[in-house]
This record gives sequence, C-alpha cells and structure tokens, in this order.
Amino acid sequence: MTRIPDIELLWWEGCPSTERALADLRSVLSELELDGAPITMREIRSDEEALAERFAGSPTILIDGVDPTAAGEDPPSLSCRVYRRRDGRVAPTPDPLDLREALAAASEREEVDR
Amino acid sequence: MTLAVGAPAPDFTLPDTAGASWSPTDGPAPATVIVFTCNHCPYALAWHDRIADAARDYAGRGVRFLAINANDADRYPRDSYDAMRRRVEDEDWPMPYLHDASQEVARAYGAQTTPDVFVLDAGGVLRYRGAPDSDYDDPGQRAAWLRAALDAVLAGESPEPAETRPVGCSIKWKARGAR
Repeated sequence: MTRIPDIELLWWEGCPSTERALADLRSVLSELELDGAPITMREIRSDEEALAERFAGSPTILIDGVDPTAAGEDPPSLSCRVYRRRDGRVAPTPDPLDLREALAAASEREEVDR
Repeated sequence: MTLAVGAPAPDFTLPDTAGASWSPTDGPAPATVIVFTCNHCPYALAWHDRIADAARDYAGRGVRFLAINANDADRYPRDSYDAMRRRVEDEDWPMPYLHDASQEVARAYGAQTTPDVFVLDAGGVLRYRGAPDSDYDDPGQRAAWLRAALDAVLAGESPEPAETRPVGCSIKWKARGAR
C-alpha cells in the first residue's frame, strides 16, 4: 500500500523560486497519484534560523525529514539555492525527476525512522 | 531609487579581477551593457552563458559589456573579490568582472537582482533595463530581450520593450553603516 510521505518546503522571501518549486512538487505528486499529500510550508526568516535548520538555501524540500538533493557542499545561509539539473544546467529549483524519484521511493517505504 | 529609462546613467570607475579600472565612459562605444551579477545566485548562473554569448556576438560591433558584483561578501563569501578572481581564471569571460565593494554603483543604478541588465546608448542614456530574456530555464531564449535592445540601440531606435521586470536573487545589501 502506498504511504503518504511527510513533505516540507522550506523557503526564504528573498528568493523568487518558491512558487515554481511548489508547482513542480504538486505536479510530481499528481503524477505519482499522491495528490492529497500535504505540503508543509516553512519560512526561514533569519541567519540564526538558517543555521539552526541547516538551511542550504531557498527552496529546500524535505521528504520524511531528508533533503533528497543534498550534495553536502552548501553551507547554511539565507540565499537562493543552486541546483543542477540532470542535463548539467544550473537551476534555482530541483530537477523534477529527482523529486519524483525521491517521492516514489518514500511512498513505497513501509516505515520511516525519524 | 531606480534609474529611469531615458535618464543619463551614472558614471563610475570600478576594478576588475586583475585590478584594472573600468568605466562606462572609457572611450566611445555605440552601446554599453552593464549587468549586475554574482557568483552564488542560480538565476545569475543560469543566465550567465547567454549574456556571455551576447558579449562575444556584439564585440565586433563595438558594444561594451561590464559585469558588476555588488553583493555583501561578508555574509556571502562566495561573492568575495577572491572568489570572483578564481571564477574568471577558471572560466572564459568575454567581459570584465567588476567589484562594487561599496555598493555605491548598484545603489546609483537602482539594481535590484542578479542578474539585472542595463543597456546604455552611445550618449550614456539608459535605453533598456530588466531581465536578459523571459525565461531563465530556457537557454534557447539566447538573451533575446538584451539582443533586441542592442539591435534597436545600434539602429538608433528605441528598444521594445524598453523595460522588463528583473528576475533573480535580491542584491545582498550591507547593513546600513557597514562599508
């Protein structure tokens, strides 16, 4: 049975890519027939919050508390996050194929240790 | 305050990554493009190759391109002068990459984002301001708005559109009082 993953979108108002990331996320959820999955929007407002949340830039999407696109090189900061698409292009939002893969895997998992 | 289309653009002198000084009034040019950009913003990075290609394509017609980084490097170390220098060493830049450490030039132009493009005519009057094209995510756009503005200015005409909404990361201003 398909489970609904816990999905969070962390964003910062200084970066204009939140809307696009949210639209991509909803589109992928729809493709996976997870339309009803709730997305928790969490605003990061200060350097202190960014540090505490290990916020690598806006937008950051957490699936079951895990950042599926984390490359490990982004220090926490209030900034727009740099993503690499699968074709190598730089982009301000994650590759939808990466999101789809991570969400599909999460929805098939039986139990999640948090 | 943002510089209005039709207004004379402020003059300035800024250092590039090799320490040489550059100004938009360094000798005659039929058009000058000033691009506020940076190292850490995905929008600036996504548009960079298209802007660089335009710089190469219009070099033969005497168009001057100046790229400026005005971000606060204390809070965003990836935009430090050293990081700018390393990037120019590692990449093929067809335009000087200038450092606006005091942010005075960015403020004088009313730059808002990276990138934010300003096209001046031969007399230093602002003729186009905004984004390079309509979609950071479509390299096929080839900085169409910037190229159209340059074609118009080189033909002695007014660009259409003369203004678009700049799209990108906000310029990272220093706290008031910090220099």
